[in-house]
Amino acid sequence: MQTFTGHIPYSKKVLGFFAVMVALIATVAILGIIVGMIGDFIIEGGPNITGAFLTEFPRNSNTEGGIFPALIGTTFLVMIMTIMGVPIGTATAIYLSEFAKQDSVFARSVRFAVNTLAGVPSIVFGLFGVGFFVQFLGKGLDNATGSSSFGDGSLLWASATLAVLTLPVVIVSVEEALRAVPRELREASLALGATRWQTIVRVVLPNAVSGILTGSILAVGRGAGEVATILFVGVTYSAEQLPGSITDKFMHLGYHLYVLATQSPDVDKTLPLQYATTLVLLALTFTLNFSAIFVRSRLRRN
Amino acid sequence: MTNPFRKERKFIGEFLAEWSIRIVASLSIVIIFLIFFFVFREAASLFTTMNVGTANSKTETPAPRSADAQAAAPEQYSAETYGDAPETYGESDGAAEQYNPAVEVEPLPGTNILTPLNMNYPEIYNPETGSLPADINDPTPMGTFSVTEQPLSLWENLTSNVWQPVGVQPKFGMIPLLIGTAKTTVIAILLGAPLGILAAIFTAFFAPARVRNIVKPAIELLAGFPSVVVGFFCLVTVASFIQDNFDNTFRLNALVGGIGLALAVIPIVYAIAEDSLSAVPRTLWEASLALGSTKWQTAYRVMLPAAAPGVFAAVLLGIGRAFGETMIAIMATGNAALNSWSAFAPARTFAATIGSEMGEVVWGSEHYGVLFLLGTILFVVSFSLNAVTELYVKKRLIKRFQGR
Amino acid sequence: MAKELQAKIHASAFSVFYRDKQALHSVTLDIPERKVTAFIGPSGCGKSTFLRSINRMNDLVEGVRNEGRMIVDGTDVYDKSVDVVTLRRRIGMVFQKSIPFPKSIYENITYGMTLTERKTKAELDEIVESSLKRSALWEEVKDRLKNSALGLSGGQQQRLCIARAIAVNPDILLMDEPCSALDPISTGKVEELISELKDTYTIVLVTHNMQQAARVSDLTGFFLMGKLIEFDKTRTIFTSPAQKETEDYITGRFG
Repeated sequence: MQTFTGHIPYSKKVLGFFAVMVALIATVAILGIIVGMIGDFIIEGGPNITGAFLTEFPRNSNTEGGIFPALIGTTFLVMIMTIMGVPIGTATAIYLSEFAKQDSVFARSVRFAVNTLAGVPSIVFGLFGVGFFVQFLGKGLDNATGSSSFGDGSLLWASATLAVLTLPVVIVSVEEALRAVPRELREASLALGATRWQTIVRVVLPNAVSGILTGSILAVGRGAGEVATILFVGVTYSAEQLPGSITDKFMHLGYHLYVLATQSPDVDKTLPLQYATTLVLLALTFTLNFSAIFVRSRLRRN
Repeated sequence: MTNPFRKERKFIGEFLAEWSIRIVASLSIVIIFLIFFFVFREAASLFTTMNVGTANSKTETPAPRSADAQAAAPEQYSAETYGDAPETYGESDGAAEQYNPAVEVEPLPGTNILTPLNMNYPEIYNPETGSLPADINDPTPMGTFSVTEQPLSLWENLTSNVWQPVGVQPKFGMIPLLIGTAKTTVIAILLGAPLGILAAIFTAFFAPARVRNIVKPAIELLAGFPSVVVGFFCLVTVASFIQDNFDNTFRLNALVGGIGLALAVIPIVYAIAEDSLSAVPRTLWEASLALGSTKWQTAYRVMLPAAAPGVFAAVLLGIGRAFGETMIAIMATGNAALNSWSAFAPARTFAATIGSEMGEVVWGSEHYGVLFLLGTILFVVSFSLNAVTELYVKKRLIKRFQGR
Repeated sequence: MAKELQAKIHASAFSVFYRDKQALHSVTLDIPERKVTAFIGPSGCGKSTFLRSINRMNDLVEGVRNEGRMIVDGTDVYDKSVDVVTLRRRIGMVFQKSIPFPKSIYENITYGMTLTERKTKAELDEIVESSLKRSALWEEVKDRLKNSALGLSGGQQQRLCIARAIAVNPDILLMDEPCSALDPISTGKVEELISELKDTYTIVLVTHNMQQAARVSDLTGFFLMGKLIEFDKTRTIFTSPAQKETEDYITGRFG
C-alpha cells in the first residue's frame, strides 16, 4: 500500500540538506563579514572619537590632532555636488518618466547611457575630471577670463566630477518615485485641461518629493565615500585653512584615511586616528543611507 | 464656423521647459561621449605627438634639479612613488630569486601632494603598506641613466613585461599590470560570485519573509561601504589574518586584494541575482513543487536555470566592478607590478596604477598619456560589459519569461 | 446647418487601433445635447476606448491610432487645429476610481480654474461653493474645505471629482464607470446627481452595470468586441432590443 510519507532516499535527503546549508552558510558568512567589519571599526575607532578629534585641525604631518577640515571639506564637496547633480538628475528622470516614448531611440539611448554611466569605474570619472573639467573647461575659462584660478583641481571641479558620477543614482531613484505616482492622478489633471507641464509641476512632482529626497541622499552617501574619483581633481592631504572659495583645494575624509593608512611616515602611530576616521566616514555614509531607506519606505507605504 | 477648441493662449514657457528637459536628458548620452572623448584624447597624444622611449631620451644626462618642473620631475618621482623600494628589496630578497634587485636606489627626498611634508625617505616604507618597487624585474635600475639601451617603439614598450614609468628610459609594459588585474579580478569573482549567488538563492527561496527583510537590506548595506573603508579593513585586518594563517612572504598580496574586491563584488552580484531569481514567475515554483520536487531541487534545478541570464549579468557586472575598483586595489594588493601569477605575490591593477601614479605625473607627459590609455581600456571594458548585459542578457530574460 | 439640429457629439466610422490590434471598429453614432447617454457591454468591448477618444485621453496611450471622425460641436477633435488642452477643458471627465489630488478639498476644486487664469479669492470661493452645491457635497464638507480630500469617504471623493470637473464649466461630462468602486448608497447619490446635472450638461456614461444604465440614461449603446451593436433609446434597448446579441447580454446570458 502506498503512503505519502518518507519515500525520499537517504542520499537525496543529505544532498538537499547540503544544498540548503551551503546557501545558508554563504549568507551567514557575508553577514558575518559585515558585522565583523563594523564591529572592528566601532571597537577600535569608537574610543578615539572625541570632541577634539572632530573639531581640531590635524597636527604634526597628520599624525596628531583631528579631522575637522576633512569633515568640512567633505561636507562642502557633497553640498556643491548635490546642487549641481540633483537638478540634472531630476530633469532626466522627468524626461524618462513623463515625456519619453518608451520605445523611441532617444529614450532608449538615454536609458542605456544612464546604465552605462552607473557601471563606469570611479577612477575613469577621475580621469574625466582631469581631462574635461580641469584641463578643458578650467584652462579654457582661465584663458577666456585671464584668471588662473580654474585651471587646477579644486572644490568646484571635484564636485562637478562627483555630480557626474552620482547622476545615475539620482536618476534611478527619482524615476522610481515618479513612476510610483498613480497614472490616474496624471489623467485626472490632464482631463481638467492641464497641460503636461502643469500636470508635472503641480501634481507629479509634489507627489515625488520624497523620491527626489531619497535620490539626493543616496547620491550624497555615494559621493561622500568616493575617493578614487577626486584623487586628481582638487583633494589635498593637508590644508592650513578651510576652503574659502570653490576654487580652493580641500581635505576629504576618505582621502585623509587613505593618506594616513598608506602614506604616513608612521602608520602604526596613527592607527587609532585611522580607525576613528574610518568610523566617522562610515557613520556619515550609513546615516545617509539609512535615512534614504527610511524616506523610501515611507514613500512606498503611501 | 470657427473651431471652438483652438488654442486659448500660447504656452511658450512650457514649450521651452519641455525642450530644456529633453536637452538635459540628453546630457547623459553626451557625458558618455565626453568621457570617452576626453579620456581617449589625452591617451591619443601618445600616438600622435610623442614617440615613447625617444622623447625622454633627451634627458640622457641627469637633469639638474631646477625650478623647471619638467626637468625636476623624474627625480621627484623616483623618490616618491618608488622610493620605498630599497627596504622592500631586503624583505623580498630571500623569498624569490626572480625579484633579485640589481642595484639599490638612492632615493631623493621630494615632496608632492601624496606624501606629507618633511618626511624622511628611508623611513617611509614599513611592512604595513608593504609596497614593492615597480621596477622589481627591471634589469636596469632606475636612477642609473643608461644611454646604451635602444629606444623602444611605442608598441614594443607597451607590450613589454616591465612597468617602470619613471626613469630615463621609461618602461610602460602592460603585461605585469594585466597579470595583476586578471589575478585580483579572478580571485574576487571566485570568492564573491558564489557567495553572492548562494546568498541570493537563500534569501529568494529558503529564508522566511522575516529573515529576508533583515538579510536583504543588510547585504545591500555592504554596497554602501566606501571602498576606501573596505581597503583599510583589508590593509589592516584581512592582511594580518592571511599572514597569520598562510605565513606568506608579502603581507599585502593579490589574495588580500582579491578578498577586498570580493567584498565590493558581493553586493552587486547579490542584488542583481536576487532580483532575477525573484523575477522568475512564481508559477514555475509552484508547478515544480506540485510535480513532487523538493524545495531545494526546485530552487537549484528549476529557478536558478530559469534566471540564468540574470545571474550571468550579475557576474559580468561583478567582474566590471572588480576590474575597475581603485581604492581597494591600491591599499590591499601590495601594488607592485610583478610578472607573477601567484596569489600570494603582490599585484598592481590597471585602476590602482592610475590611482597611485596620476597624482604625481607631469601633465601632458608620455606617462600621463599612458595612464589615460589605461583609463581608456577601463572605460571600454566596463562599457562593453554593460552593453552585453543591457543588450543581450535583458533580451534573453524577456524572451524567456514573456515568450516574445 | 443650424446648430440645434446638430448632435453634440457625432462619431462617423470611428476606429481605434492599439498598435496592430483594432479596439474599435468603425463606430458611427450621434450623442444628443443635454441627455444622459450610457454605454454598456462586457469589459474590453471598447466602450471606455470610445469614451476616452472623445476628449482624446487615448492620446496618452503609446502606439494608439485613430481612423474616421469624432466631431464635437461641429469640429473634428482630431483635426490639427484643435488644441487638446482646450478640448479637455470643455469636456470634463470623471474616472472609475475616485482620484482626488492629495491636496485640500478647496484646492481640488480650484485646480482646474487656476491652470489658465488668475482669479481673485472671492471668485474662487464662489465657484467652489457653487460646484460643491451642484455636486450635492456642500453641506457635508463646507466646514472642512481646508482639510485633505483624502479624508473623505469613497462616495464623497467621487462627488468631489465631479465637482472638480464641473468647476471648470465644461458642457460635456464623460463618466467612466463612476460608481464601480462605490457602495450602493454612494452609488445612489451619484446617480441622483447625474440626473440633476443632465439639465446643464451633455453626459456620456460608461457603465458595466445595466441597471444603472436603465435607471439614469436616456439613450443606451451596446458595445461588443469593439463594435457598436445597437444604439437606441434606453427604454427600447432594455425592452425590445433589435439585435440578438443585445438581448443575450441584457438578459444575462453572457458578460
